Amino acid sequence: MQKLKERSVNRKTGKSQNGNGEPAGPGAAKGKKMGEIVIRTEGFNFYYGDEIAIKSVTMDIYKNKVTGIIGPSGCGKSTFLRSLNRMNDVIDGTRIEGKVEIDGQDIYAPGVDVVSLRRKVGMVFQKSNPFPKTIFENVAYGLRINGVKDRAYISDKVEASLKGAALWKEVKDRLNDSAFDLSGGQQQRLCIARALAIEPEVILMDEPASALDPTATLKIEELIEELKNDYTIAIVTHNMQQAARISDYTAFFMLGELVEYDETSKMFTNPGKKITEDYITGRFG
Amino acid sequence: MSDLKEKAIHGLFMFNGLLVVIVLVGIFALLVGTSIPAFREISLKEFLFTARWNPTSYVRTQYGIGAMLVSTAMVTIGALVIAFPLGIGTAAYLSDIASPRVREIAKPIIEILAGIPSVVIGFLGIVLVGPAIARLFNIPNGLNALNGSFLLAIMALPTIISISEDALKSVPKSFTEASLALGSTHWQTIVKVKIPAAASGIFASCMLGMGRAIGETMTVLMATGCAPAMPHGFLDSVRTMTSTIAIELGEVPYYTTHYYALFGVGLVLFIITFLVNMISDIVLRKYQIKVR
Repeated sequence: MQKLKERSVNRKTGKSQNGNGEPAGPGAAKGKKMGEIVIRTEGFNFYYGDEIAIKSVTMDIYKNKVTGIIGPSGCGKSTFLRSLNRMNDVIDGTRIEGKVEIDGQDIYAPGVDVVSLRRKVGMVFQKSNPFPKTIFENVAYGLRINGVKDRAYISDKVEASLKGAALWKEVKDRLNDSAFDLSGGQQQRLCIARALAIEPEVILMDEPASALDPTATLKIEELIEELKNDYTIAIVTHNMQQAARISDYTAFFMLGELVEYDETSKMFTNPGKKITEDYITGRFG
Repeated sequence: MSDLKEKAIHGLFMFNGLLVVIVLVGIFALLVGTSIPAFREISLKEFLFTARWNPTSYVRTQYGIGAMLVSTAMVTIGALVIAFPLGIGTAAYLSDIASPRVREIAKPIIEILAGIPSVVIGFLGIVLVGPAIARLFNIPNGLNALNGSFLLAIMALPTIISISEDALKSVPKSFTEASLALGSTHWQTIVKVKIPAAASGIFASCMLGMGRAIGETMTVLMATGCAPAMPHGFLDSVRTMTSTIAIELGEVPYYTTHYYALFGVGLVLFIITFLVNMISDIVLRKYQIKVR
């Protein structure tokens, strides 16, 4: 716990240096919120039956950045995240309005191949959910369903993905054990490895560390920091410190609306709206 | 006072629980006790490993149950081969694909299927399945092992479907979501994630279906032709252990070797079903430990 605290402080100071100094970089030089847009939503509404869960959200998510989504329970943040790879399709009676574009393509347009969308936009869930298969088979699953047969390729890819998820060292001698033999934190990293194996562009994470202890949480956070070099990450989190530590941008949702969205350093030091400040400083929520 | 009541209720429930055990042990004891005299005249080896069953011969009586064992095995395995894919397919359809309305209509219908008396199914075997098989394979009559397998498959289906469907339903939603989020199709998710995850329940359903098929009497008696010779294929008439007991026990003179031998057949049947149940239990438990 102590270690975690220290870390969060370091990270924060690192961030605020970034915010103040704005060291030279392709995006930073041009000013605020620059960078390539991967996901763009426009006037996005989401309904469960007649009930509206997300109201007119317009928001851009940038390439190779970590975008944190925070807000009180039931504010629609998970629903929003799950809309980005159409995971809500499996729930009966849901409906959307507006647009979600990924790489410029409207993912809710008729004729869109949901299967290939989900291959491009991976997802890690709140509760780790490995399959009742071996560690190896869990990671290989995405390749196998894509019709990959080449065994050497699969085992290389499994190794690379486990390395990518910082799990390789812990499991390399027991790849044929059941995934359920792993600890909770390891299982969650296994789920990340499983998502990495199919080389998505975007990884959506729905409170990936909420069920984990501080040490395991720390590992996941370090991992997210690593992953953003290669992937675009959107992460829902309940934990304000976590959002402050790991995200580059933070979106604050409340009652289905996007209240404020800005660079994390600004959101946490000088939010534009009173209600954001109240939430972030823990006055409600 | 209430203490006494408590004790009385406790005793009553314990008696109920024990009753099942007592009945089971009693049946076993009866079968063993009544079949022992048969083995004074028949060697165990002849009984189990020869094929000819001819207890009423004037020349030389023969008591081999080999042909019956093979017949029972054929009919049962045939039934499973037919019922397994159909049952799993239906279960997967009901649990994952069918709309709630279709499910609400289909489930009770399947349960009604389980309630059809076996004699009615046997009737269908004689008037419907038999002639169809005869025509299809161009043979004189269709009362054979294939017919029996087909009918037993129909009888085992409700068990297989409803238990498999429960097993598929109880697969955590998180597995399905994980699979879909990795870009699996609905079909891939069912085949590669849900069915393997529900394997223990599906296995149990097949074992229960098999138990039913092995012990079923009336249907096979009516539909399989009842020829006591060793069958050479599914288009031969067969006579299972259950049919033999049903046909002969009513007419056999009491306390003869033949009478005792029929109890011996019953004992073998009992042991087989007992083993099937035990094996399924062991496999089930082993599998669950490995997965959970």
